[in-house]
Amino acid sequence: MTYGSKRVVTGAHYGLRDWLAQRITGALFALFTLIVLAQVVFTSGPLGYEGWAGIFAPQWMKALTFAVFIAIAYHIWIGMRDIWMDYIKPVGIRLALHVFTIVWLVACLGWAVQVLWRL
Amino acid sequence: MTELSKKRPEFRNINAFKDLTTYRLPLAGWVSILHRASGGLMFVLLPLIVWLFDTSVSSEISHEVFQSAFTAGLGIFPGWFIKLVVLAIIWAYLHHLIAGLRHLYMDMFHAVTKEFGRSSAVFTLALSIGLTLILGAKLFGLY
Repeated sequence: MTYGSKRVVTGAHYGLRDWLAQRITGALFALFTLIVLAQVVFTSGPLGYEGWAGIFAPQWMKALTFAVFIAIAYHIWIGMRDIWMDYIKPVGIRLALHVFTIVWLVACLGWAVQVLWRL
Repeated sequence: MTELSKKRPEFRNINAFKDLTTYRLPLAGWVSILHRASGGLMFVLLPLIVWLFDTSVSSEISHEVFQSAFTAGLGIFPGWFIKLVVLAIIWAYLHHLIAGLRHLYMDMFHAVTKEFGRSSAVFTLALSIGLTLILGAKLFGLY
């Protein structure tokens, strides 16, 4: 039995899933901020272009940043969808805003990923 | 007269123009609505954020474009305006991050008392505004 009090996080559409996803993706971004910040702080002398770009140069950092970008895009999607669902009641307008949000996010994500992987 | 029988104003279906100006939120309420507002602001400014990442990291030449945006400006926008918008992003990020960590803390330790709600809200607002002022002073070259 996987419903009622025995429901599981990996199950579909309990309402808990997005709540948990929002926290995990948020925690991931907080951790990512810490990793970037630590490298900025522990750079000796002025950061400059070399130091800043150097943070994103290693392959592991590219892979991590890529994963975090996707995580935060999903985080923004859940957050914006909640805002639209709270304030926008007509279904047609809400749907249009959902579509706009997805296009906006995927476009920005594609741009950010391109910047990252051509470094 | 007891606390409960006192007549308090009741708000149903809050009107953005008539009621919002007099509606008094507790500090935890301010943290909550600002969490939403800061997230929405960063969503709207997302292309600028990616642009800042792009120009700052792509090449030495683009890095100069990045830096000159803060001094010479960008397109029709003067440098001080770019600084102001970036400061708004800095505030939005700090508030969203700290208020988000507050959420995580409350979830993990079941910290749901009224007192904790208030004291952690004071902490969130003080830290996010304080750090914004410190970084803002740096951004505008005050030190």
